[in-house]
Amino acid sequence: MNPYTEAVAWLFDPANWAGDGSIPQRLTEHIIYCVITLIIAMIIAIPAGLYIGHTGRGRAIVVPFTGALRALPTLGLVILLALWLGLGLIPPLIALVILAIPPVLAGAYSGVESVDPATKDAAKATGFTPWGVLTRVEVPLALPLIVGGIRSATLQVIATWTVAAYLPLGGLGRFIYDGLPVRNYAEMLGGSILVILLALVVDGLFALTQRFVTPKGVTAGRVHDVRTPTRSTQRKERPWFAPEA
Amino acid sequence: MVRTRGLMAAAGMLALASLALAACSSGNPLDTSTSAAGGSSSGSSVIVGSAAFPENEILAYVYADALNQNGIKATVKPNIGQRDAYIAALKDGSIDLVPEYTGNLLQYFDAKATAQSSEDVYNALKTAVPSGYTVLAKAEAQDADSYNVTKAFSDQYGVKSLDDLKKVTIPLKVAANPEFQTRPYGIPGLKSEYGVTATLVPISDGGGPNTVKALTGGDVQLADIYSTTPSIKSENLVTLSDPKNMILAQNVVPLISEKAATDKVKAVLEKVQAALTTDDLIQMNTKSSVDKESADQVAKDWLKSKSLF
Repeated sequence: MNPYTEAVAWLFDPANWAGDGSIPQRLTEHIIYCVITLIIAMIIAIPAGLYIGHTGRGRAIVVPFTGALRALPTLGLVILLALWLGLGLIPPLIALVILAIPPVLAGAYSGVESVDPATKDAAKATGFTPWGVLTRVEVPLALPLIVGGIRSATLQVIATWTVAAYLPLGGLGRFIYDGLPVRNYAEMLGGSILVILLALVVDGLFALTQRFVTPKGVTAGRVHDVRTPTRSTQRKERPWFAPEA
Repeated sequence: MVRTRGLMAAAGMLALASLALAACSSGNPLDTSTSAAGGSSSGSSVIVGSAAFPENEILAYVYADALNQNGIKATVKPNIGQRDAYIAALKDGSIDLVPEYTGNLLQYFDAKATAQSSEDVYNALKTAVPSGYTVLAKAEAQDADSYNVTKAFSDQYGVKSLDDLKKVTIPLKVAANPEFQTRPYGIPGLKSEYGVTATLVPISDGGGPNTVKALTGGDVQLADIYSTTPSIKSENLVTLSDPKNMILAQNVVPLISEKAATDKVKAVLEKVQAALTTDDLIQMNTKSSVDKESADQVAKDWLKSKSLF
């Protein structure tokens, strides 16, 4: 048997679906870790991102800083934090929240920034308070990008929580760390496949959510254009090398 | 005739150049060993490989320096990687010799081996080594797994050996690498040999700082730390004795390809092996990890202190 068929056999072995350290248990742990991480990252990054996007303030500091945070190697951070704070969920949780903040933040501020200034002016002119502009104009229009940021953070978090099994924690990384030293490659590969499947399923759910949260007015490209065709839209694409008609 | 000689010279130059290139591209860029890339390629020189951890690298330099002091040309290729990687290097002939540990090497060649004690493991290893290779005499020096407790724990429960663990009334947790869950000297052995039930707290740093922190911080009561680790002494830990020889013996042993194992090479290495003790390993590791001395220097100092040659 090659490692791939062995991994599939491992995945379908009933012995791995019950008891302590079973696939459902590790999968549940992994999902719980990821959800906690994302909630904390969103509580920090979304208000900060909306503030930066709405006011334009703090951009020069926050954006390069969180960009630099992205470059921190997560495993090194987990080990270092565990040396300071001891075992438990907190050290890897901090490391993973640091990993998840930059994409969520980027989605939030770029979403708000990308709202057409004319739209904001129109809202102001109609009597919206600044808070009203943010909550009833900017946020709804920015929602696809905000969800996009969370989506990208989620994928990174699902994949990277595996490294935390360096320490005594559950999650799908357990299969990878436990399989390696005893050369149980079926278990390692099986664990990796579970991570990939989880990532794909969750990404699919996000794709649906992103479609769902897109306001009706900005479904650009998907709604049939009912305006009177102008000369420019009628004109066919002309190859760059063709002479002007 | 003149033309042929010129051609041969050109071919020779080309061969040398490609050898030098090959040596450059495959070698570790941080390699500070004194290997002469082109010159050492003659069949008579011995290339000593090492695994990617400091103690093994020091031992590789000890072997190479000892051989050099006795007129046998030897060079070091340090930091090759884990066992799979350097055994492959031994097979393809890019190294001739590597410092090894009896227990782990036996399990590598024979996963079903049951030997535990020093002698049994060494004898089993001699028959398990595939043809074309051989192990020389084992040293007294061991770098084996060891169960450690804090001084406070040892005093409180009167625990000095694994047998004493039965007296402990609180639930026991062991910090160790994940494989401890299934190894005969890990959780299953504690139960079958000593009648002690313990749960594993898996930490994948091989008895490194996170494992030590888990023990000193009170997260676990026991920690598996390699017996030659300086932190055992510096953290004032108590290593539990193993009266039933449950822990797999791990004596230092040179694994060498048969074509490199000339009588002269064997004689030199066996003299080194006879002098090497576990305390020597601890001191070498302290010099390396605490004082940050280079492996080459630590090896030279040890050879000088023993004045073997």
